Amino acid sequence: MATYDDLVFTHRLFMKGYPFSRYALDPVPCTPLGKPLHEARVAIVTSAGVHLPEQENFDHSIKGGDTSFREIPNTVETQTLCESHRSPGFDHTGIQTDRNLAFPLDRFRELEAEGVIGELNDRHFSFMGSIVMPRKLIDETSVQVAKMLREDGVDVAFLTPA
Amino acid sequence: MCVQTVGLLSGAIERENISTISISLLREVTSIIHPPRALFVPFPMGFPLGAPNDPGLQHQVIRAGLALLERTDVPVLETFGNSERNVA
Repeated sequence: MATYDDLVFTHRLFMKGYPFSRYALDPVPCTPLGKPLHEARVAIVTSAGVHLPEQENFDHSIKGGDTSFREIPNTVETQTLCESHRSPGFDHTGIQTDRNLAFPLDRFRELEAEGVIGELNDRHFSFMGSIVMPRKLIDETSVQVAKMLREDGVDVAFLTPA
Repeated sequence: MCVQTVGLLSGAIERENISTISISLLREVTSIIHPPRALFVPFPMGFPLGAPNDPGLQHQVIRAGLALLERTDVPVLETFGNSERNVA
């Protein structure tokens, strides 16, 4: 189980001093699913820093964090995705062994085939979550992705960290 | 910071009238950010769906997350292994 106490010392100190409350969702938005799940269109959104091999790596040099995103086509072969997350704060070997650990596209394909969900969206989105200065994420890139998902007719977004 | 990023993304997406479920690896962060529906999983950082090459466990986590879609008493923060109910 991960708690602050499981983090390396420097990260633990940082997390304990970080002003998370400054970014709390207030009010908390709530969109009830307006249809049965087996009719819903689903997209995956991750902060695990995965991307196509031909896409640019996430930029590790940006001081407050890279707030950009990568569009992942639904047709991708999941295990061919690269992972360029900069954080030394987690063990990367699990995701490198199986991308589904943080980007569970093959699992959602199975749920689609079983009829548990209606269908997968044609695209999914990936960010690199090491963002300590999230203002641009809040004001720009998260809104861009949300609007694209809306235009795609997505009903449910399943979000995963790393 | 991945957990904060997921929470902030969930807020933006839910505001576009899309229902969201967030997996959380750090309860301390999620309990402050307040994404609408979050499932805290008792796994190490870097292992949000439990274990690599374990489709059964990964499906359990996903289904427990999807079960939260019924909830409108936001913010919801459930713990995997406690009260999840599988869908379908």
